[in-house]
Amino acid sequence: MAVASSGTATVTLPTDEQILITREFDAPKDLVFKAWTTPELVKRWWTAKRGEATVAEIDLRVGGAWRYAMVTPDGVEVAFRGEYREIVPNERIVSTEFYEGVPEGVSEEDATTVNTATFTEKDGRTTVTILVQAPNKETRDAIVDSGMEAGLQDALDLLEEVAISLA
Amino acid sequence: MAGMARAATTADAFNAVAEPRRRQILDVLAGGERPVNDLVRALGLAQPQVSKHLRVLREVGAVDVREEGRQRLYRLNGKALKPIHDWVKDYELTWSERFEQLDVVLEDLKQKEEGHGSGE
Repeated sequence: MAVASSGTATVTLPTDEQILITREFDAPKDLVFKAWTTPELVKRWWTAKRGEATVAEIDLRVGGAWRYAMVTPDGVEVAFRGEYREIVPNERIVSTEFYEGVPEGVSEEDATTVNTATFTEKDGRTTVTILVQAPNKETRDAIVDSGMEAGLQDALDLLEEVAISLA
Repeated sequence: MAGMARAATTADAFNAVAEPRRRQILDVLAGGERPVNDLVRALGLAQPQVSKHLRVLREVGAVDVREEGRQRLYRLNGKALKPIHDWVKDYELTWSERFEQLDVVLEDLKQKEEGHGSGE
């Protein structure tokens, strides 16, 4: 029986417009894909325990729409939506993603990312990578956090050392 | 006024590490305290350029300096870089929590499959 890992996801910033998230799962890729694309299963994990999942709509075909929403404990709805651009079952999903709560005056076009999720299996374990391609650096930074001026491609390497020096 | 404007844009840990040379300086200093000459050698830059980068790093507190005899010794101060650490960690945390939930879902799916697949 496998034990759920408590290891962290790896997040890196390969270019100024990208975010790359990687994580390995102790399950074959058809199951990971199923958990990734089945509404009632998505509702169980997507909120990251930060609220109650209220919507998980998935029209899994090219051009089909998706929308996820949750309500945080203080009553705020947090919702994302997009459409599917490419679907290779158990292998790869390319979809757009737009956060519905972007500040007024930010166009949907400017705030929409293209996300490529790939599922690779080895020895019964699956590595999921999600490459988030933002249209510009501002959006990328806003996604990660605060829109501070940051050219951080290599900063993660540095963080290891920072973490050590903080200890 | 110009000086103030420059200080405002550089007095931020994120800006301090945005420049590859400054990250390189921090990498070298992560190995321990170094005099400027060592940094000049390690980076292969002229001393005035290295000093310019060191000044930016010092403004945000990312490096500390002390004088010993005729030498100025620089060392890393990781605390000043903590905002960057927190910034990335926060995002990483959301995904980690999400994936931990996904682990639980996958475990359920695996158990169901075992139950169904036993008679094949």
